Amino acid sequence: MIREFGADEIDPLAIGAWILGTGGGGSPYLAQLNLKQLYAEGKTCKLMDPAALDDDDYVAVVSKMGAPLVGQERLVDPAHLARAVQVMEDYLGKKFRAIMSVEIGGGNAISPFLAGAILDYPVVDADAMGRAYPEAQMTSFAIGDLQMYPLSLVDCRDNEVVVARAASWKWMERISRKVCTEVGSTSATCKAPRTGKEVKEWGVLHTVTKATRLGRAVLEARAAHSDPIAAVLEHEGGKILFKGKVSDMDRTTTGGFLRGTAVIEGLDTDRGSKLELAFQNEWAVGFRDGEPIVMTPDLICVLDTVSGEAIGTETLRYGQRVTVIALPAPDVLLTPKGLDHVGPRAFGYDLDFKSVFAA
Amino acid sequence: MKRIGIDVGGTNTDAVLIDKSTVLAAVKSPTTSDVMSGVVNSIQRLVKAQGDAPLDIDAVMIGTTHFTNAVVERARLDRVAAIRIAMPAAASLPPMVDWPADLRACVNPLSFMVAGGHEYDGRPLVPLDRDAIRDAAMRIRDAGITAVGITALFSPLTAECELEAAEIVSSVLPEARITLSHRLGRIGLLERENVTLLNASLQSLGQSTVEAFRNALESAGIRAPFYLTQNDGTVVLAEVAAANPVYSFASGPTNSMRGAAFLSGLADGMVVDVGGTTSDVGCLVNGFPREANNIVEVGGVRTLFRMPDLLPMALGGGTIIDPETGKIGPRSVGYRITEKALVFGGDTLTTTDIAVAAGIVEIGDRDRVKHLDGSLVDSLLKGIHQMIEDGVDRMKTSAGDMPIIVVGGGSFLVPHQLAGVSEVVHVEHAGVANALGAAMAQVSGEVDQVFSGMSRDAALAAAQEIATQRAVEAGADLGTISLVDAEDIPIAYLPGDARRVRARVVGTIGTPGMKLVA
Repeated sequence: MIREFGADEIDPLAIGAWILGTGGGGSPYLAQLNLKQLYAEGKTCKLMDPAALDDDDYVAVVSKMGAPLVGQERLVDPAHLARAVQVMEDYLGKKFRAIMSVEIGGGNAISPFLAGAILDYPVVDADAMGRAYPEAQMTSFAIGDLQMYPLSLVDCRDNEVVVARAASWKWMERISRKVCTEVGSTSATCKAPRTGKEVKEWGVLHTVTKATRLGRAVLEARAAHSDPIAAVLEHEGGKILFKGKVSDMDRTTTGGFLRGTAVIEGLDTDRGSKLELAFQNEWAVGFRDGEPIVMTPDLICVLDTVSGEAIGTETLRYGQRVTVIALPAPDVLLTPKGLDHVGPRAFGYDLDFKSVFAA
Repeated sequence: MKRIGIDVGGTNTDAVLIDKSTVLAAVKSPTTSDVMSGVVNSIQRLVKAQGDAPLDIDAVMIGTTHFTNAVVERARLDRVAAIRIAMPAAASLPPMVDWPADLRACVNPLSFMVAGGHEYDGRPLVPLDRDAIRDAAMRIRDAGITAVGITALFSPLTAECELEAAEIVSSVLPEARITLSHRLGRIGLLERENVTLLNASLQSLGQSTVEAFRNALESAGIRAPFYLTQNDGTVVLAEVAAANPVYSFASGPTNSMRGAAFLSGLADGMVVDVGGTTSDVGCLVNGFPREANNIVEVGGVRTLFRMPDLLPMALGGGTIIDPETGKIGPRSVGYRITEKALVFGGDTLTTTDIAVAAGIVEIGDRDRVKHLDGSLVDSLLKGIHQMIEDGVDRMKTSAGDMPIIVVGGGSFLVPHQLAGVSEVVHVEHAGVANALGAAMAQVSGEVDQVFSGMSRDAALAAAQEIATQRAVEAGADLGTISLVDAEDIPIAYLPGDARRVRARVVGTIGTPGMKLVA
């Protein structure tokens, strides 16, 4: 139930996590590089099945927090993630049994491995989103109305903050986001600690394994010169939404988020059509010729048409040839309560959620 | 509308004279050790081919693979000092952390991680540690290094720290040739730093190369505008190119691919460009090189700037084979092939010698390779073909067979049949495809500045207008100008909806510059 996480699993995990990042979560490359550095120094990680957790075990939920664009400059440092966990242990006066990620999408999939390698804690095979989302209340733990505090936040300048209590997940998000923005829109955080029981009940389980397998499928497709996008669709039961060329990209960094719209002009069978993809760190809603055709929580992924490589909201550029696909969301996000937290209205779109996978 | 296109490779100097799209003359000669005499010789041969009539030249376009070759071969690179201004951020991943070990060893960086840099919103991260930079400058001076790359946190938005650091370094070390990251790269500290340090490592080579071209043209009596071709297939003035060799990284292969499309009449397919030192495999889509969507690796280094999607291989006609181990490359005899290769009476076994021994091509004196063991020749030839097959395979995007167009002076190394290839297309003027692509290159105009007090659309329009004006000044015909790309980064901390806009336009040469009368 606890096994060594091999050095050869780092690349597949990163590739799978980047696809599940739905445009956000930050590219896993730097975390991947850090993890390889740690492995090269002789440190290793263990992967723990959630079923191996005792109900009263404590699990640290770590993540980098901030704007992906900032992360590409400030570069994640494993020491800060480990420090956030230690600050939490000091605050609680308790030791953790294991570490997990809040989001499997993007670089944060690797965050618990970075802290785990330094602190010698196993990583739980689960997360709280099954993808990536920009805000703290957009997690399965929030959907389950679990306690949202305390939270520890650490930056590179020796600033350490504990948010002892918050009135709601939204307040926790507002307060911690404010702190994060103040320290430059990038920080290492340890979210509200979870018990083993909570992880087993409300976590999105086995997502580390899922991401690693997805990444392996892409790598194998590339090696065999078969279509990596087809491999992703087959592996995850996804759907192709649009094929085209990026004709405009409008971004703004506000309140610690990267917001904006990408416009994709159709090619091949989509010629003559236009897809507008709105995002807040992650792709949120897609409008085909003005009509909404896909929306959160369905996973919207923009992939390089040729390589199948996921392209993030911060790296998409004019002229790129892309294929937009949708992947099914975890069940917990599709419940009425789930949609309150992560449906289109949670992102300011007055739309009733309709899944592209609905019959 | 006559133009000369010249491509100086590690092995051969190719030149063409074109009138619009008609090839008037094409010549190929070995690159000489001084570069200059080979270029002069090529131009003189072009002139001669036209008889003694006066020859009006509107522009000279030069493409070179010198810079890429240096990185791939891990040779002729300056030792580099890397100053990163970002501490205490980014501490776990030092400069060149993701470079291949052999290249890092070759550039042998003297690295400094100094406190400073900015936040995304323009606030300082921490105060700039000027003493640390001064100290670094003195240690750089003591180490005898002059190539310096400075990368500061968020410098594409706020260049202040890099500019100040450059001033300090210059005051300590006036002869320092400093590359500042904000002038080359985009947001993304490691990739921008990588481009910066590669550019720094190529300073000596950049200057000496452009200087050599200039002298060559002058001694050939040419006073027409002189351009160097760039990664995207356009051209810029040579002086600008000298300071930024990285912008010419892929110009050679880009030009070859555009030349290959022109010569074959094929708009889609793979292109294998076999030079003397390296080969490049690329993919033509609608007559243009497929552009890399993501980070491009140059000699194993991740970079993020505009590049065609290419796979460079250390395989060319001059590639050295170790007779003991049978190892092919990566070093090449380069332009010395006519003295070093066995078939030319030299003492170095090269891929060309193997091709001659196998009877694939007739170059030099075949008797000089008669002594080579037949089975050795066979297995080496197999090895060469395997390298090419692997390269084509890696660049393919589907399992189906595709045509490949073979260009470049070493094209004889490509067999007539390859696994995964529907047809191997050899073309006329294949040896000078790159010079032809250079001669046909368009002029670009670029702008990169902060606009404020206007809407995004107005800022983009203003940027396009300035870029257009610059392209026209550089000789482009206004009527042919089109936008290549435009991108903007909002700068939240400045008032008035400020944004940094980069725009690039291209157009064909319209207004003739000064004329050459030869």
